[in-house]
Amino acid sequence: MIGGLIARHPRLANRIWGFTPPERGTVVLVHRRVYIVPTRLGWLFAGTLGILLVGSINYALALGFALTFVLAGVGLVGMVHTARNLARAAVSAGRAEPVFAGETAQFRLYLDGRAAFDRPSILARHLGSGAQLVVDVPAGALAEIVLAVPAPRRGWLPLGRVMLETRFPLGLFRAWSYVEPDARCLVYPRPERAALPPDSGESASGARRSPTPGNDDFSGLRGYQRSDSPRHVAWKAVARSGDMLTKQFTGEAAAELWLDWRLLPAGLDVEQRLSRLAGWALAAERGGLQYGLRLPGVEIEPARGDAHRAACLQALALFEVK
Amino acid sequence: MSRAPAIHPLAPEARLLGARDVATLTGCLALVVVPHALRAPWWLTLLTLCLYGWRLYLTLYRAPLPSRWLILGISAVALVAMWIQFGTLFGRQPGIVLLMLLSGLKLLESRTQRDGAVTAFLAYFLIITNLLYGQAIGTAALMGVALFAITATLIGFSAPARAPRANLRTAGVLLAQAAPAALVLFLLFPRVQGPLWGLPQDAYAGMTGLSETMSPGNLSDLAQSDAIAFRAEFEGDPPVNALRYWRGPVMWDFDGRTWSMRAEFQTTTRPPESDGTSYRYSVVLEPHNRTWLFALETAASVPERARMTFDGEILAGQPVRARLRYDMKSVINPAPRLTEPRGALARALRLPPGFNPRAVELAAGWHKASASDAEILARGLEFMRNGQFSYTLEPPLLGTDTVDEFLFKTKAGFCEHFASAFAFLMRAAGVPARVVTGYQGGELNPVDRIVTVRQSDAHAWTEVFLGGRGWVRVDPTAAAMPRRIESGLARAVADTGALPLLMRSRFEWLRGARYQWEALVHKWNVWVLGYNPERQRDLLLFVGMRDADWRTLTAALFTILGVLTLLLLAWSLKRFARPDPVQRAWRAFCAKLAARGVERAPHEGPRDYAARAARALPASRRPILRIGALYLGLRYGPQPSSARVARLRRMVRELRVA
Repeated sequence: MIGGLIARHPRLANRIWGFTPPERGTVVLVHRRVYIVPTRLGWLFAGTLGILLVGSINYALALGFALTFVLAGVGLVGMVHTARNLARAAVSAGRAEPVFAGETAQFRLYLDGRAAFDRPSILARHLGSGAQLVVDVPAGALAEIVLAVPAPRRGWLPLGRVMLETRFPLGLFRAWSYVEPDARCLVYPRPERAALPPDSGESASGARRSPTPGNDDFSGLRGYQRSDSPRHVAWKAVARSGDMLTKQFTGEAAAELWLDWRLLPAGLDVEQRLSRLAGWALAAERGGLQYGLRLPGVEIEPARGDAHRAACLQALALFEVK
Repeated sequence: MSRAPAIHPLAPEARLLGARDVATLTGCLALVVVPHALRAPWWLTLLTLCLYGWRLYLTLYRAPLPSRWLILGISAVALVAMWIQFGTLFGRQPGIVLLMLLSGLKLLESRTQRDGAVTAFLAYFLIITNLLYGQAIGTAALMGVALFAITATLIGFSAPARAPRANLRTAGVLLAQAAPAALVLFLLFPRVQGPLWGLPQDAYAGMTGLSETMSPGNLSDLAQSDAIAFRAEFEGDPPVNALRYWRGPVMWDFDGRTWSMRAEFQTTTRPPESDGTSYRYSVVLEPHNRTWLFALETAASVPERARMTFDGEILAGQPVRARLRYDMKSVINPAPRLTEPRGALARALRLPPGFNPRAVELAAGWHKASASDAEILARGLEFMRNGQFSYTLEPPLLGTDTVDEFLFKTKAGFCEHFASAFAFLMRAAGVPARVVTGYQGGELNPVDRIVTVRQSDAHAWTEVFLGGRGWVRVDPTAAAMPRRIESGLARAVADTGALPLLMRSRFEWLRGARYQWEALVHKWNVWVLGYNPERQRDLLLFVGMRDADWRTLTAALFTILGVLTLLLLAWSLKRFARPDPVQRAWRAFCAKLAARGVERAPHEGPRDYAARAARALPASRRPILRIGALYLGLRYGPQPSSARVARLRRMVRELRVA
């Protein structure tokens, strides 16, 4: 019921959680955002103390009182230590590499201890997917948290809410906090393994060769350009000469291909079309072709290389995404 | 909204015990089980240690844990064996032994950290049950070590990857920070006088002390114990050794062998009026599971909740089962009480018929030859003085006519022999007499001026009733063995194995250290172990809280604990790394500009920001740009000089944005 209420009134939720998601930049988990309750073990500990206390009263054991009260003190101090293990740490989001729909996005979070002491055993859990990881933050350093979040659909995948939890040092209390960093991952459409479109006459030169063997037809070396795929860098030559050189293949220069929305069969829906175009883009890049992309309202000039491939896939991913 | 994963990686149910966890846990249990193991039946100690060893072995060799059925089988066999050994599974000793066995079985089946934590909590029970047998300083020290070890073990569960050293340090920090809260709880937690329910029959077994009866041999047994009976702290100097008669149970009835006290005489009376030398002192009495309290003869006051019987015993309302402290006043020469209840004197003359014919004959002779009771008494003392008696802790065994055998045959005995024989002789001669047991002497500790009375000071003497003088103390042992009373047991008895080690005169050098230690132990007993509801009331009165009930106490307790927690929170905040001065100055700079409407965007670097701010606030253009340049140089340049840092801070401080 409360969950539903919070879901219907996001501003109420923001008031309760103490922040307005998503949060930009570095988020400091101030004390107000750190919640703490006893664990089941904590209640068991309290019950144990109760029995020890009654025993001490009944048998008039002065040292029994001392034992009970030292343990009670340890419990109290342990509570402060548990809160401290999380409080004032800072969370910032790192870059998440784009993935294809159906894969898992690797979100990187950096948990900065910002303290002269270490913060052991902190659990980070992605609430949406249940992806979780336990990290230790060394003193004066930060720990990297990689959350593998499934990416079922193309478009932007926001990270969503992440819970950080700790039970250090005694396991009697659990302190936790929520963060929702402004992190998102680009999800490309799921690529469909399909043969490249037949030479449709749309290709500019018409002199396209079969792409598949073209990979192997080594024709020579040229100077490295930033957009060249690392796969095509002639690493052996680089090691010898120290200059970055790129292998050239005979097929590449000549072939040019348009991946065109309009050429797809009429029976396909939007997602299927995007999937096929993504598959084509990958195949064309593998084949070392010059390829361009035409979508309704979007046109990317033929080129090749990782940057071009990323641009095409991003256009596909964000097609008609609000 | 959220899908909870099946396994929570921090839940103790889901975390398996590592080799280190098992090793430390076993170490903790071994530590707390040692005192119990010395008392338990040997086979149970062995079984428990085997269970510990088994669990360690399984961990080291990564073998699977035994099945539940096997563990149940072991438990059942052990329970049957315990039943055979004790005849019951209830009561203190069987219960504690059962707890010990349980710790081994629980450790053996511990798979997850939850099991481990439960085992650690069991260790707490092993600690507290050990306190039932004594709460000496050594026990407290062992308890402290065990607490530290258990805390470190629990921390190890939470942080398995952390260095053991760091976990030990955290355990130390936790305990040190817990100390103030523990102290406040100890002092202010509303104390109630236990027990809350009936205790097992054997709860007070093993408390030593005088008993309701006295027969040949039982005082000399008691006198071989070094255990402390009570301590007395005098205001001013205590009386000399020969005057320190600590009066206890009074025996009226003799059956030929055993003297015993009788309940029907225990009517209450008031302490005597006094005009002689008086002593004020407080006694810390060790528990002895009897009702009587000891006081220097002759008691002139009665402690709270106690009463005085007409024969001068002081009785507490209930058996003394915890260390008890009471204040006393005694006088050396009280005004004699000349009247006695009806029947008392007749009872003080009664003798069992047919025993000790030679003694009866001797006494009859005294009676005939004497004009007064005082003369009979003088003859009796003369007989004791010249009887060539010897004083020994190992008296020969006596047959049916105990008095005859002692007086005329063995001529060797301990004070109960002297007292018993003398009282018999007096009664046989027609003088009312009774036996008083108690302690004589006690050792004055030169360190804290406290008189320590041990069981080895146990003594018995007689009182005779003389017309016009009332009851008069007569110590036949003193008559026969003056050294016993003047300088204590050790001088009167030859150095033999029967004398407690610390009382032998050869160990003078040990005494100095022992006096220091005992002064410490006395403070411990009074201030730590003796902290009871009365002491708590005194303390509260001392800090100005009159008539504090449990509500006031609880409120005070929670207030102080709250303050302590806040202090701790402040401490936990303090140890966060503060940004360095350059960064602080830069933040102050940004805040000043933001107040004028030029807020730094998250992506904006210092150079761009300073340039934009200079454009937006042309009046302060120069200082803004200089601060920006200075910050850039300090932040990203080589080796910042302290002079430049100071300049940056000054400029930021002096920056006035129009």
